[in-house]
Amino acid sequence: MKELITLLKQNARLSNAELAAMLGRTEETVAAQIAELEQTGVIRGYSVIVDEELADRDTVSAYIELKITPQPDCGFDELARILSSFEEIESVTLMSGGYDLGITITGNGLRDIATFVAQRLATLDGVLSTRTHFVLKRYKEKGILIQDEPDDERGVAF
Amino acid sequence: MNYEQIMSERAQAISPSPIRRFFDLAETMENVISLGVGEPDFRTPWPIRSAAITTLERQSIFYGANSGLLQLREEISHYMKRKYRLDYCPENELLVTIGGSEAVDLTFRTLLNPGDEVLITEPCFVCYAPLVSMADGVPVSLPTKEENQFRLTPEELKAAITPKTKLLMLSYPNNPTGAIMTREDYEKLAEVLRGTDIMVLSDEIYSELTYGTKHVSIAELDGMRERTIVVNGFSKAFAMTGWRLGWMAAPPEIIAQARKIHQYAIMCAPMISQRAAVEALRHCDADTAHMAEEYDHRRRFLLERFAEMGLPCFPAQGAFYLFPSIEPTGMDSETFCEKLLEEERVAVVPGSAFGESGKNNIRISYAYSLKHLTEAANRMERFLRNHKK
Repeated sequence: MKELITLLKQNARLSNAELAAMLGRTEETVAAQIAELEQTGVIRGYSVIVDEELADRDTVSAYIELKITPQPDCGFDELARILSSFEEIESVTLMSGGYDLGITITGNGLRDIATFVAQRLATLDGVLSTRTHFVLKRYKEKGILIQDEPDDERGVAF
Repeated sequence: MNYEQIMSERAQAISPSPIRRFFDLAETMENVISLGVGEPDFRTPWPIRSAAITTLERQSIFYGANSGLLQLREEISHYMKRKYRLDYCPENELLVTIGGSEAVDLTFRTLLNPGDEVLITEPCFVCYAPLVSMADGVPVSLPTKEENQFRLTPEELKAAITPKTKLLMLSYPNNPTGAIMTREDYEKLAEVLRGTDIMVLSDEIYSELTYGTKHVSIAELDGMRERTIVVNGFSKAFAMTGWRLGWMAAPPEIIAQARKIHQYAIMCAPMISQRAAVEALRHCDADTAHMAEEYDHRRRFLLERFAEMGLPCFPAQGAFYLFPSIEPTGMDSETFCEKLLEEERVAVVPGSAFGESGKNNIRISYAYSLKHLTEAANRMERFLRNHKK
């Protein structure tokens, strides 16, 4: 299963037949294993890595640190759930260290994000403070390079 | 000056590498996708590079011991023990060389007298026969057959032995076929060799790259250590080709002679590489395993693609090459490769470059990303469709 997950993480668009060949299993086995991973929730979904700069130059992303007040019964979970339900927010993670939640958000221009932080985020009950970092350039995401692959410098060898 | 007259006849008699000519042609074309190179596409693992940087920062780079850094020889000794159950003394049975190639050259120069025959199992890496010639030996081709999985059989070996046979050259896992030899296969050869004065040179540079099976060294077998020179190195296992570092392991009498030649010609292998290589042997087993796993995925992927496009291919279990047969196309390997390059801009190496026995095959390297391999396989599939007989 681990090998299968590794391959899917590298390229989720590999066909079951290709995965089967690479892993030395039958196509049916691979299909069943993927189904199992999906059913048990190990695989939560499939996405795509986009070079936003090429796709849409106006897109702006930010990483926001949040300090929040933990709730009596559910700690950080309740607020994390609320944040996860916002469509603009791409990721929500509970962090150790100097702040509690880290979120990433993508919008159309600085104004979008500023508005979101000021009007929707900072006003939420339990949010003590926010700290917004704008993304200037992305080089790599989920193991995929967001840049041209370096030229193959290898010469002719034997 | 009449250079032809003043230059060594032996040097002039050697033909340039047959691969070079082909790739010079490829370089004049655009949009060529190559499956030609014989080195890893991975970068050298970071701990090794970091060790080299630290060496540069903190140490002077003096000449070192002729045999190689003792610390490195000790690590090589441990490595051979833990991986291949081979026991070599760091003090007098190991010599660190500039890549495996120097170790191969040294072995020929150390063992051969004029006229001594060297049996070279083919298809094989292109350097063996020319180096034998340069050492005054006589290279004798020992073709292996696909029906025997490109393994050398005891019958073939027996038939090739003459009173002049000095050395048997083995290279498994094999470039270009990807063939391996099992302990049982070696045992049958050992039976032929025990009790003779024939030595064995075993080039095991691809020993870390075997799939579904563990590498066996012929030196592990009873009675073989004393008649075997094992060559290995860092290029393939640790993605360190440009660092130029390898070694030979052999009985002390042989190392003592080889060391003299090495000492006069080379002094010592590069010290930065040697210090970095200590790190490789101590801490990079996981990196090696990770690379081998990825090669294995690509190997299976390509074997499947070849099967689908009707290109019969020997199921290689080692190195990072496949050696499909192009016999069904009716073309010889040179023609096939030239046409494939012209029509689809895919550069592969004709099997004939590795010996007459490879003339119906082509060598495909899978030291490339899956994306690259997919594109190349698509082009090859189209080519085969257009040339269906």
